[in-house]
Parts: sequence; structure tokens; C-alpha cells
Amino acid sequence: MNAPQPLHPGVNLDVTDRKSHEKASEVIFGFWIFLMSDLVLFAALFATYAAMSTQGIAQGPTPSEVFDLGSAFIETLLLLLSSFTFGFAILAMKYSTSRLRLLAWLGVTALLGAAFVAFELHDYYVMIVNNDAWPQTSGFLSAYYLLTGTHAVHVSAGILWMIVLAVQVMTLGPNPLVKLRLLRLALFWHMLDIVWVGIFTFVYLFGVAA
Amino acid sequence: MSWETIFGQLGWDSLVFTGAIKHPSASEFVAFGAGSIVVLGAVAVVVLLTVMRWWGPLWRDWLTSVDHKKIGIMYIVIALVMFLRALIEAGVMRSQQLAAYDSAGYLSADHFGQLFTTHGTIMIFFVAMPFITGLMNYVMPLQIGARDVSFPLLNAISLMLTAAGAGLIMVSLVVGEFSTGGWSGYPPFTGIEFSPGEGVDYWIWSVTLASIGSTLTGLNFAVTLYKKRCPGMDMFRMPLFCWTTLCTSILMIFAMAPLTVATIMLALDRYAGFHFFTNGDGGNMMNFANLFWLFGHPEVYILLLPALGVWSEVVSTFVGKRIYGYTSLVYATMCIAVLSFGVWLHHFFTMGQSANVNAIFGIATMIIGIPTGVKVYDWILTMFRGRIRITTPMLFHINFLLTFVLGGMTGILLANPTVDFQVHNSLFLIAHFHNMIIPGVLFGMFAAVQYWFPKAFGFRLHEGWGKAAFWSLAPGFLLAFFPLYWLGMNGAPRRTVMWADPAFYPWLALAMLGAVLLLVGTVFLLVQIGVSIRQRRQLAVPLGDPWDGRSLEWSIPSPPPAWNFAVVPQVDGRDAFTEAKKNGQAYRSPAAYSDIEMPCNSMVAPLIGIFTFTLSFALVWHIWWLVVVSFIVVWGVVIARSFVAQTNEIIPASRIEAEHEAFLAAARATPGVTRDLEMSPQNRGKAAPDRLGQPGQKRPDDVLESAI
Repeated sequence: MNAPQPLHPGVNLDVTDRKSHEKASEVIFGFWIFLMSDLVLFAALFATYAAMSTQGIAQGPTPSEVFDLGSAFIETLLLLLSSFTFGFAILAMKYSTSRLRLLAWLGVTALLGAAFVAFELHDYYVMIVNNDAWPQTSGFLSAYYLLTGTHAVHVSAGILWMIVLAVQVMTLGPNPLVKLRLLRLALFWHMLDIVWVGIFTFVYLFGVAA
Repeated sequence: MSWETIFGQLGWDSLVFTGAIKHPSASEFVAFGAGSIVVLGAVAVVVLLTVMRWWGPLWRDWLTSVDHKKIGIMYIVIALVMFLRALIEAGVMRSQQLAAYDSAGYLSADHFGQLFTTHGTIMIFFVAMPFITGLMNYVMPLQIGARDVSFPLLNAISLMLTAAGAGLIMVSLVVGEFSTGGWSGYPPFTGIEFSPGEGVDYWIWSVTLASIGSTLTGLNFAVTLYKKRCPGMDMFRMPLFCWTTLCTSILMIFAMAPLTVATIMLALDRYAGFHFFTNGDGGNMMNFANLFWLFGHPEVYILLLPALGVWSEVVSTFVGKRIYGYTSLVYATMCIAVLSFGVWLHHFFTMGQSANVNAIFGIATMIIGIPTGVKVYDWILTMFRGRIRITTPMLFHINFLLTFVLGGMTGILLANPTVDFQVHNSLFLIAHFHNMIIPGVLFGMFAAVQYWFPKAFGFRLHEGWGKAAFWSLAPGFLLAFFPLYWLGMNGAPRRTVMWADPAFYPWLALAMLGAVLLLVGTVFLLVQIGVSIRQRRQLAVPLGDPWDGRSLEWSIPSPPPAWNFAVVPQVDGRDAFTEAKKNGQAYRSPAAYSDIEMPCNSMVAPLIGIFTFTLSFALVWHIWWLVVVSFIVVWGVVIARSFVAQTNEIIPASRIEAEHEAFLAAARATPGVTRDLEMSPQNRGKAAPDRLGQPGQKRPDDVLESAI
């Protein structure tokens, strides 16, 4: 019963909140497994994109004709920065007694995430207006929109989740349930960063370089 | 508001009954009959529930339950209902092929296409999957000494997603048509250009629901097995069924996602004009083949591994010996799980890769035969010098060993690309995979039901009817599928609605006879359940251990209480319950009882099930307002649930103590029965020590040890 709970990957609450930490191991492990399955989904999308972006161009535009590296760079910065601020949110949850600090960092993170999604939608808009690059144009563009779109849907779901948890922090208080949920959302959010780094590299950089 | 806004593409003509009235033909009447069975069946269930006043208990005790045992039973009920449908479809297809020599037979080609598509889709996603999932749900937590799975509500949600998918496929019998593209749904045939109707959409969404449900199940079971084992239960002390459950769960986590991706892409092609798998504009159907079989091959092992776990449990119990080669069985299971990801290309050897690529995948496929062979030897060696009790599960096991090896041999033949080119898409392939799945998986599940039924319901199944079922199912399988090997080698293609070679006739007739025997065997199984319920007093085994079982689930009452174990057991070896019985540790009162925290019932899962059903039904028929509403409700329910703070209830120690002590007292007061009386009414579920011959003679385990 009183044996120290083992540490799990990611931020641990053992030092400041023993009670939450005791319940963490199982749910956090479960969530890592969910992330793994989600990553398999992205892997399938990446593989599809890899095939389609070279062989599925048909009469449509090529990757280097449609991608705007500058915009993708800004999106990268926004998303990485949001992960950074989420880190501060988690530190605030772990070490600070102020609910406000946690909520403030969550708010900043959500705004950065929303800005990322907005930039991405703007990218789509520009591609369609300038190059007539609809998802229906070619296999390459279908794969591109599905890969980046799935990522954008994940980010949007993350923002919605963040709002729900912010409401729970305000109404239920940062109890163990809410804290563990925030830990899991953090893992989710950081995973989306990693996927985005993959997208930036393999879709945008490779696409423009070729 | 127009009809289209409210009902989408749904119209009176969508009802299966209109077709039979407008264009009467034998084929339409068969569809009419099938639709009527669904409608009448549903009405009968509603009437029965109302007359018996079972709605309340059904909702309170079952649908809202998050108890892994009840969820497991519900999964198996779904599997059995769907099995009956898909089995009848198989019979209909057999009779069409028999009738269609040099004539059109009685089914239209389109109707026949729907039949082989639903037969395959249902048998894989809504029979085999729920059957193994239900079994793992019921047995695995009991075997590792846990009170439930790690995420009980998620478990209920997985069940309801599967149920919604099964419901969708049943509705397709009444409203509209199903896909004609086979269970693997290859585009471009299933694309909008060649299959413009609603059929493929039914396929897409029912399979997608099942696939998401299975992903969540895999996650849940893997976490349970890693985190919820009782003290002392190291990984290498787990019963083998738990090992196979673990490997299956890992396969589910990795393999279901590619299927979801493939079906979603196909949906985007069909609904939004994307070009993933179309013929022109850069689409490439080979991508579908790769994604589908990246799921499809591990899927074969998702189904098979739990059945292999069942065989390990059955053989060691009914031989009364510890399993031979435990460690090698574990490693063999792991090897199969890993290798299963490296062989998907053998499903399309003929689709244009280079010979070298084919050779690599052919060799990888043959290598799987090695760990599988190890397992077969281990089971045979377990029987060596054991006292084999020829019970129904054991009959199925012996039948499995013989026929599975034959099926494996034909698999090795098919793994050779040069052979595969000759028999690809022929009935030889159909014979091969039925030869693996029926004696391996389906009969494995039947054996598991015979074996664990007394645990779940507190009484044994009638042995005579079980044996009768075996003796029609086993020859039925041989007659139904071995002729197909011959037909396939002589060039009979799969999925053929009519044919003209007179040499095929006798073989198709034999196969029909086999199908009839399989139907009869299934009826015997249903009779067995009916008879056993009537004779439940003679067959009662409330003390929980009718077979002299070896693992923890046999140490608790039958049926087990909601909390499974009054006190979490402490284990210090394999075959924990056998050891406890040997050392006199069984049925001892624990030092102290404490309160138990159990999850409360929740209506979240059934709500999600209902609204994912309406969501996918609306997607099939393009009823967009219902799509939006259902989507919002599903996620609204999830969010609302996250605000509920009180999700557990406390069961007081006094109640647990009273129930458990009563059980222990009854167990101590009842004399155990020897294995000779296993099938007699004296068997109340307490086993007497079973020794060979004279007192003092060595027990089977010791005999083998001294032999080695």
C-alpha cells in the first residue's frame, strides 16, 4: 500500500501530489498506448502520402508548385511554441497553488493552437485560389489534405479538450481526476508536435526541395 | 422542407419488400424472406421483453453494466446471433451453386455478390471478433486475479460500437442493399463509379465501427495485463490464454488503424470525390490492397491466437497435466505476433510486384509455420502419458490438431508464389482459410464455451448434446471444405454464381452435404443450451471447479460475484489453483476482508452505441442533419461524463465476508468428486485429488518430469 509508486514517462506528480500520482501509472500507460495506435494511423497516412506525392500527381500541380514554406515555418513555430507553453501549464499545475497561472498558460496554449489551425486553413485557401489545388484534383492533393487535415482535426480536438479541462479546473478544481487528464492532454499535444515535425520535414521541406 | 432534406436518399423503394412486389423473382423473394426474418425477429424480441417485463432488468443489469463478465457474455451473444445469419447465408450460397449448373440458379448475380460479402464481413468482424473479444473479456481478468479490466467504461463503449456495427449490417437486410465487393472491399470496384449505391457505404461504416471498437479493446486488455495482475503473478506465471490475449491485444493496437485509414479513404473517394483509389487522376488501388492487408493479415492472428490460448487451457485441464513447454509456447505466440506484420503481401502475389519481393514475402510466410509447429508439438506432448478425458472440448481439440495441420500444409503451398499463381482466387484458397478458421478459431470458441460456460452460469452444458454437435460439426467441416480444395485445383474460381463443368457437380454436392451437417451441428449446440437450462439443477456446479481446473478463475464460485475475488489472491507459481489444491491451501478463509471499490453502471456506453448507429446510418443514406446531431450527441455524452465525479461505489467488507464465507463453508462441506464422476450429477464443482492407479503412484506431472 505505502510502497512508492514507480515513475512513468513524462511529468510525474510524485513530489507534490502523492495522491494523484498513485492513480497515474495505469491511465498514463493506457494513454501512451492510445498514442501509439494513433501514430500507426499517422504512419499509414505518411506512407500513403509518400506514394501519392510522387506517383499520384496526374495532371495536377506538383508539391513544389503549391507549398509555401514561409507559412509552414510560421505554423511550425506556433505549434512548437504552444508545446512549450503547455509545458509551463503543467509545471504550474505541479508546483503552483495558483489556479490562475495554470489557466493562463492553458489559454496561451489554446490561442497558439488556434492560430496554427487558422494559418493552416489559410494555406488551404491560398492553394485553392492560386493553383486550383482542390483535394479532388489529384491523388497527391487528396493525400496531402488528408494527412495535414487529420493533424489539424487532432489539434482542433485538442483545443476543445483544453477548453473542457479549463472549465473543469474552474468548477471541479484541480483534483486528481482533472490533473491526470491534463497530463494526458499534454502527452497528446506533444505527440501532435512530433507528427507536425514529420509533416514539415517530409511534406514541406522534401516537397519544395524536389 | 423537401423529402431529401429529412430522409436523404432513403425512399420507399429502399425497403427490401418493395423489390419483391415490383419485380417478383426467386432472388427477390429470398431477400424478402431474409428481411422479414429480421423484422419479425426484432418484433419477437420486443414482445418478449415487454411480456416478461425484462426491459428494466435488461437496461439495469446488462446494457448499462460495465462488469467485464457481463460485457463478455453480451459480446458472445452478438457473435452467436450474427453467426446464425452468416451460416444460413453460407447454406444459401451453397444451394445456389448446386442449382446453378448450366443455368442461372435461383439467385441474381447481384444478390449472390451481397451474400458472399455479408457472409465474409459478418464472419470476420461480427462473429469471430466479438467471440474472441467476449471470451477474453470474461476469462482474462479472472485468470490474472483482477477485479475488472483497467478501463471498464471504455470496455462497455467498445462493446456498444461493435453492437452498432452489427446493427447496421442487420438493418441492411431490410433497408437498401449491401456491398457486392467482397469482405475485403477492393476498389476501384467499390468506388463510386462502379458501385454507386448505398451498399459499399454500409460496408464501410459497419467495418469502421467494429474496427474502432477493437482498437479500444486491444488498448484496454494490454493495459489490464500489464497493470492489473495480482501480486506474485509475473508475466511468466500467467496462464497461456492470458499470453495469447496480450499478443492479440498488441496486434489490435497496431493493426486496426490501417483498416480505419483504408475505409476512411474509400469513404472520402466515394463521398467527396477524392482520388485515393480511383482509376484516374493519380489514384492507386494498390494502396488499398496494402493498407487493407496490413490490417488483414495480423487480423488472422488476432482471431487465431486467443483460440490457441483456449487449446492450451483445454488440453492441460482435460489431460490433468501442466502444459508441456510453457516457455516455448509463449515465445511461439510472440513470434507469430511479430511475424504476422511481415507477410501481408502474400494476399496479392499476382498483382505485379517483382519476383524477388514475392519470394521474400513467401519465405516470411513459410517461417510462421515454425512457431505454429512448435505449438502443435507442445500440445501433443502435453497429452503424452497424461490421463486424457475425452470430453467435448477435448474432442474439438484433437480434431483441431489433425485438421489444422492439414490446413497449415495447404498454407505452406499457397505461400509459394509459383503455386499461388495457379490457385489464386480459386476455391483452393477458400478451402485453405476456412480450414484454418473453422477448426482453429470457430471450434476453439465452441470448445471454450463448453469449458467456461459452467464458470459463467453455474451449471455445466449437457455433455451428450455437446458430443452430438461435435460429431456433426467435425465431419460437416471436412465434407464442406475438402471438396473445395479439389475444385480449386481444377480451376473453379471463388465467388462464382454459375458454372458449366459437369465434373464439378459431385464435389459441389458433397460440399452442400457438409454445409447441411454444419447447420445441424449448430442446431445441436442450441438444443444443448436449451436442454442444459432445463436440467440446470442436475448440472449445477456452484462450487466453481467442475473440471479440476488449474488457474485462478476456478477458485471462485460459479457464477462469480461482481467483484470476482473477495480478497485479491497471492500467487507464487504457474497453475496457481492446482498448486493451492495440492498444498491444501484452497478454500481457506482469508485473514481479513476489506471494502471493495467497484465502478458504477453507466448509460454512457449504450447512448454512444445508439448514436454511433444513427450517425453511420445517416452517413449511409446522406441524411446530413442526423449526421451532425448524432456526432454532437456522441461527443456531448463523452464530455458530460467527464464532469461526473462519483463513478465508483463501495461494497462493504461485511457483505463480501458473508458471501465468501458461505461459499467457503459449502466448498469445505462438499466432498470432491474424482474425474470419473466429472459428468455425473455428483459433480457440484469441487474436485477431489486425481491420482493414477494405486495410492502412492506418481502424478502425471511427476511422471513426465522423471522421464525428462
